[in-house]
Amino acid sequence: MRVNFTVNGRPQEADDVWEGESLLYVLRERMGLPGSKNACEQGECGSCTVRLDGVPVCSCLVAAGQAEGREVVTVEGLAEFAEDRAKDRAKDRAEGCATGACGSRGSGGSGAGASLDEARRRQAKGTDSQTGEGIELAPIQQAFIDAGAVQCGFCTPGLLVAADEMLERTPNPTDADIREALSGNLCRCTGYEKIMDAVRLAAARQSEEV
Amino acid sequence: MDFLRPASWEEALAAKAEHPTAVPIAGGTDVMVEINFDHRRPEYLMDLGRIADLTEWEVGADSVRLGASVPYSRIMEHLRAELPGLALASHTVASPQIRNRGGVGGNLGTASPAGDAHPALLAAGAEVEAESVRGTRRIPIDAFYTGVKRNALEPDELIRAVHVRRAEGPQQFSKVGTRNAMVIAVCAFGLALHPGTRTVRTGIGSAAPTPIRATAAEEFLNAALEEGGFWDNGRVVTPSAAKQFADLCAAACNPIDDVRGTADYRRHAVGVMARRTLTWTWESYRGARHTTEGAA
Repeated sequence: MRVNFTVNGRPQEADDVWEGESLLYVLRERMGLPGSKNACEQGECGSCTVRLDGVPVCSCLVAAGQAEGREVVTVEGLAEFAEDRAKDRAKDRAEGCATGACGSRGSGGSGAGASLDEARRRQAKGTDSQTGEGIELAPIQQAFIDAGAVQCGFCTPGLLVAADEMLERTPNPTDADIREALSGNLCRCTGYEKIMDAVRLAAARQSEEV
Repeated sequence: MDFLRPASWEEALAAKAEHPTAVPIAGGTDVMVEINFDHRRPEYLMDLGRIADLTEWEVGADSVRLGASVPYSRIMEHLRAELPGLALASHTVASPQIRNRGGVGGNLGTASPAGDAHPALLAAGAEVEAESVRGTRRIPIDAFYTGVKRNALEPDELIRAVHVRRAEGPQQFSKVGTRNAMVIAVCAFGLALHPGTRTVRTGIGSAAPTPIRATAAEEFLNAALEEGGFWDNGRVVTPSAAKQFADLCAAACNPIDDVRGTADYRRHAVGVMARRTLTWTWESYRGARHTTEGAA
C-alpha cells in the first residue's frame, strides 16, 4: 500500500509498504532516515522514539498506515524543530506573552495540536531536515555532547527526542521528572548519570535564555 | 494482509461484520509486538485511529464514559479525581511512550491477566460498551474476562468505551515488579472503598487465569466493617480483620509459577498488597471524615 505523511516538515510518500510494517521500518528502510534505531521491536527500549503529531511514541509500535496524514519528527529533524520552537517562543515574548500560552505553542494540555500547527508552518529547507547536517544542533544535542552523555550512541536518538519533549513540557524539571520522562529509554552502556547531567545542563541553559 | 482504515465508527462496525477476523489496532502496543515478532499475521488489520470519539471521555453523574482509545497519559492527567484507581494503574503502564499510545480498550481486547487496568476496573466497578452492527450491549466487567487472553466479545463486536463508576471514596492500586517502569506485573491489586453502598471492592491481576475479584474477602470485610460500625465511627480497621481480609485475598488467587515469579510468591504478595491498600484507603477515608466533621 501507499503511505503519505510528513517527516520533519516535509511531505513524504512510501510505496509498496507491507500492511504490517512499522513506522520505524518505513523511516529507516524506505525513507533513508536511520537516526531512529531498531532494537527491541516491542516498545521496551525507546531507541525508536519519534514524535507523532507532537507526542513521543515508539515508532516500532506504530503501523505505517496509522501514520497516514500525520506529522512525524525524528532525531534528524530535531535541531530544526527546536530552532523553530525557540523562534516561536522569542516571538511570543516579544509580543508580551510571558507564558507562551497565547502563541502557537501551548506548554501543556493541547501540546499535540500546538506542535502540529508548528510542524505545518515549517518549510522544507534543502536537505537539512532530512540529514540533520549543516544546521546548528538542538540544545539537548549540544548538552549531550558537552556532558559526555554519548557512549556507543545507540540509545542517543531516542533519548534526545524524549528529553527534548520533556524540556518543552517541563522547563525546570526535577531529577524525578527527568527519570520518569526517560524511563522508557534504555542505555545498555548504563551511562545514565551522564545522561541525567546532560538533561540538567540543557534545562539550565534553557532557563538562562528566558 | 489488508489494512482497513474506517473513517467512522459505523464504517468500523460494518468492516468488522464483513471481516470478523479483522484485528483492531489502536495504540498498537500489543498488536504490533505480535506482528513484529511474527507471532501473528492477521488477514485484516483495522486501524481505529481515524475515529476521533474513541479518544474522548465524558464525565457523568455516576460514571465516566471512557473512550476505548483514550491514552493512559490522558487518564493520568485528566481523570485522577474521578477515577483515582485507574489513574494510578495507568501511571504504572510501561513508559511514557507506551502510555501516550495505549488505552483501556486495548487492555480489555487483549484481556491479559497482567493488564494493568483490570484490577482498577474490577475494584471501581465498570461496564464494557461493546457494539456490532447488530446493536450495543454493556458487559459487566466481572463477566468480561472469560479465560487467559479471552473475553466476552463476539467476533463481530468492537469495544467502543468503558463506563467506569466515579469514585465516591478512596481507591488504591499496587503492583509488584522489578522496577518502576517497563514492568509486566508479577501481580497487582486494586481496592476501592464505596462509602455510599458501604462496600469494598477488589481486583487482582496476574495471579489467576483472568483478572478476578476476591469476593469472599470483600464479603468478609463488608460484614466486619458493618458490624463494628466502622463506616460511621471511622475507627481504625482492627489488625485481625485486616489480616483475615489479606488472607482471603491471597486465597482467591489461582496463580502459576513462571519467569516473573512463583505461585507462592504471588499469593503472598497479593496478601501484602491487600493489607496495605486497605490501610491506605481506610486511613484516607477516616481523614476525609474528620475533615468533613471539622468543617461542619
